[in-house]
Amino acid sequence: MRKSVVWEERLVKGFLWFSVLATLGTLIIILGHIFQHGLSLISLEFLLDSPRKMGREGGIFPSIIGTLYLIAVALIIAAPVGIFAAIYLTEYTRKGRIVRAIRYSVETLAGIPSIVFGLFGFAFFVIFLGFSWSILSGGLTLAAMVLPTIIRTSEEAIKSVPTIYREGSLALGATKWQTIYKIVLPSALPGIVTGIILSIGRAVGETAAVLLSAGSSLNLPTSVMDPARSLAVHLFILTSEGISFKMGYATATVLIIMILIINLAANFIMRRMSTTRAI
Amino acid sequence: MARKYEGTIEKILQLSALAAILVVFLISLFILIEGYPVIAKYGLGHFLLGGQWYPLDGLFGIMPMIIGSFIVTFGALLLGVPFGIGCAIFLAEFAPMWMTKVLRPGIELLAGIPSVVYGFFGLVVLVPLIMDTFGGRGFSVLAASVVLAIMILPTVINISEDAIRAVPREYKEGSFALGATHWQTVKMVILPTAQSGIVASIVLGMGRAIGETMAVIMVAGNVTAIPGSFLDPVRTLTANIALEMGYAAGDHMSALFATGIVLFVIIMFLNFLITLVPKRVIDQ
Repeated sequence: MRKSVVWEERLVKGFLWFSVLATLGTLIIILGHIFQHGLSLISLEFLLDSPRKMGREGGIFPSIIGTLYLIAVALIIAAPVGIFAAIYLTEYTRKGRIVRAIRYSVETLAGIPSIVFGLFGFAFFVIFLGFSWSILSGGLTLAAMVLPTIIRTSEEAIKSVPTIYREGSLALGATKWQTIYKIVLPSALPGIVTGIILSIGRAVGETAAVLLSAGSSLNLPTSVMDPARSLAVHLFILTSEGISFKMGYATATVLIIMILIINLAANFIMRRMSTTRAI
Repeated sequence: MARKYEGTIEKILQLSALAAILVVFLISLFILIEGYPVIAKYGLGHFLLGGQWYPLDGLFGIMPMIIGSFIVTFGALLLGVPFGIGCAIFLAEFAPMWMTKVLRPGIELLAGIPSVVYGFFGLVVLVPLIMDTFGGRGFSVLAASVVLAIMILPTVINISEDAIRAVPREYKEGSFALGATHWQTVKMVILPTAQSGIVASIVLGMGRAIGETMAVIMVAGNVTAIPGSFLDPVRTLTANIALEMGYAAGDHMSALFATGIVLFVIIMFLNFLITLVPKRVIDQ
């Protein structure tokens, strides 16, 4: 082999290894830095206490509750709508002008920047519908944001159910909906659940849209009409306004641990799905 | 009988699917309604081409922010795309099994980390680092581009890798049979075939970078002037909205919604570009 070819091969492989190590290295540096400063600050007291002095002291309990509340509202709306939409797109029609318009809308929704969702949430839910800065406004805005994720993953999951399952059910005299409800959805469930878990991840990390629609109140929310400050918004305000980097590290650590758990759960379900499907 | 409900159920499913269209329609409508007044009052030229943003004096020029968004995004692509494509080639072609097992969850985690956490990391590590190395205040185009480059990596890697994996085996085998080395095959056969998917991954990464808000605000400095160098502070379109929505009213608020319209149009244009990219060259 010519020498230049050998050298090019070595050079390229070197670069490929370098890109991979740089990517992993970046991740490790970020996680390492935040954990190094934040892990020791996490305690039960930090998780269950209310913030004092704008968040300089105390804990993050109201933000944890606010985040959970926002996720709940978003999923109560987006999960059924998204799953129904996916069923319609896969089981009922696959072609036609309306379907194309729906697909284009889903693509568009997936690409819209979160700050634009925030503007929309503010103009529509907060002002026009009069929900003011509240968990309801924030949750509905988040529902619009995660809708494309739920539709796409559910569609993939439903599509991967073998046609023979449907044919068997129909042959036994089941109606179309009975087949979907009793055969297709149970088989597609792990994929659908994975999509929902990924949506939770997105909702946990979202900041801009939540800030504009749910507000940034530090009080413990007691109903969906109360404003709330999610964990991500709390981290943003703590650090960008220079209130407390220490509390920022602790909050960032909690956020990363939540994302780690969410990713692990999604992977676990995905792996179980692929093993059961193989049988 | 169950059969009676079949029609009703189909209607409910259809309505759910139509919700996606409704949401896009409502978003466009409300942003237009809120943003249009300031454009009508001051003119599109003043708004898009004006270099001065002094909302209290009725000056609403967003040119510096448009340029800012594009400079920061361009910087992110310059820094992020080579590594992203490198990782994608490595994962699809060269990676040993154990490396894939480490790398894939790593990339998923990179995609899942909230943008505020990236911003915070940029603020406490990157900004001081840039200040010490190059001078200046650290809040800069460079800081924003580096943070965004990290954030677009998962998008570029995942979509490029899919495109590379979609290249049929026969192409690769044919090239090997002709005596080409692995890298020669990648360079001459696989990458040209996967080209359209790789381009799509870059365009999607660009969309993500332009749309990112919180991470950029925390490291970019947010001064409303066109940056003269990569060490100057910069304000993006997204930052402009998020920074001032808290206290804006009247024309000022309308101008922020109009900034949102510009952002929306840019993203729609990028989406349109992706539809131009042929889905699968191989099928033809």
